Amino acid sequence: MQVPDDLRYTQDHEWLRIEGNEAVVGITEYAATQLGDIVFVELPATGTALDAAQAFGVIESVKTASDLFAPAAGEIIAINESLADKPELVNDDPYGEGWMVRLKLSDPAAVAAPSDHLMDPDSYRKLVEAG
Amino acid sequence: MTAPAQPLLDTALVERHRALGGRLVDFAGWQMPVQYAGILEEHRAVRQRVGLFDLSHMGEVWVSGAGAGEGLAAALVTDPPRLAVGRAHYSMICAPDGGIIDDLIVYRVADERFMVVPNASNREVVVDELRERLAGHDAALDDASLRTSLVAVQGPRAMELLAPLTDIDLSTLRYYAIAEGHVCDLPALVARTGYTGEDGFELFLEWDDALPIWDRLLDAGRQFGIMPCGLGARDTLRLEAGMPLYGNELGRDTNPFDAGLGRVVKLDKAADFVGRAALAEVAAHGPLKQLVGLTVEGRGIARHGNPVYATDEGVEIGVVTSGAPSPTLGVPIAMAYVPPADAALGTMVEVGIRATRTGAEIVALPFYKRAAP
Repeated sequence: MQVPDDLRYTQDHEWLRIEGNEAVVGITEYAATQLGDIVFVELPATGTALDAAQAFGVIESVKTASDLFAPAAGEIIAINESLADKPELVNDDPYGEGWMVRLKLSDPAAVAAPSDHLMDPDSYRKLVEAG
Repeated sequence: MTAPAQPLLDTALVERHRALGGRLVDFAGWQMPVQYAGILEEHRAVRQRVGLFDLSHMGEVWVSGAGAGEGLAAALVTDPPRLAVGRAHYSMICAPDGGIIDDLIVYRVADERFMVVPNASNREVVVDELRERLAGHDAALDDASLRTSLVAVQGPRAMELLAPLTDIDLSTLRYYAIAEGHVCDLPALVARTGYTGEDGFELFLEWDDALPIWDRLLDAGRQFGIMPCGLGARDTLRLEAGMPLYGNELGRDTNPFDAGLGRVVKLDKAADFVGRAALAEVAAHGPLKQLVGLTVEGRGIARHGNPVYATDEGVEIGVVTSGAPSPTLGVPIAMAYVPPADAALGTMVEVGIRATRTGAEIVALPFYKRAAP
């Protein structure tokens, strides 16, 4: 199970790649595997403002629907349009082509250091191993 | 407060499921594989080739004796004495008010020996009800569920795969028939039944025999492109085939006529049976709700419990019982209960999926029917 070293992770099995004042959000390989075949990803329009932990989208797998939560506060400045036709990208490449949204962070300083909400890779690995 | 969880039961194949990469989930008190490679891939394997299922969580309840058939006729909505030896039928056990306690397959294995197969989730309640209803009949009940494994081989290549491994002549085994013999030289009851909409077989086995037979079938099935399949694919397969699932389409608050299964109820049989008066009433006046098929617009999936609305007035008229993306049709499908007056084919309705209402069309069931052989 891949847990790349350059990302932050949430308890909800999402990842955040911080790039200056922006961040890219997706779900982890563990989450994608647990959900199984993903058949639909519902994302909000660009320009949507999100509070931290706010539900902003839905991932549908064959068996279940699950919410996406904002790992940090910010404004959505891009969504992954490819997922509309190819939701399976989330299963195939969860840390790459399966990304969900790009955020302009409201408070980049708040996400700079790892925390309980935004774990470093080792903490997230432990969470996954604990089941 | 919740009661302490019961330890989950394991089938004889649980370690195989792990080794094959199966994802195990709690299902009706059993640790069962929901998927291995992926639900969509497994689904397609069954539609196009062949799939292998562990269904050992299902119940196997034997009813034997000179009064077995007559006792079952009093307990169930069908008329098991009318079954020829070696044949089976779909049946239900109902409450006095006509509500469905469980749906079952009844196999007549010998003149005075019937095997009743309930759902895993209802096994105990079915056994209790049958015991009570068989009292006074010359019939003995034996719940063999925990010493019987059930392995299903389903798909267009199932016959080719299984035929060389059994001494039973599968070519003469008709749909809904059962025969005693051997599979891989081990004793087996082989039935031409299933829950996928494909041709296939269900193998009732001694508990521990499931393991060598499973391994042999997977090995021999490689040339046909066999895949081990979990409960996830079983659910999408049965949904496409328009088959009801207890807890979704069927339940205590539903009678057989609601579910479009009125033909199963033998109101004309000699025996009185539990639920007869209530069901005769429903037959005379028509059910209050009707199970329909839906194809849903867009890509959102209507799920169990989602509301159904009339398109024109926007009032809630029904509820979705099951929904999934149809791997065969490529669109989201669902089953739902709506009032009979709103159930005409072609009617446009709306389904509440989270905050939005999505258009859906009432279509004929089943969604998928395999081509005649």
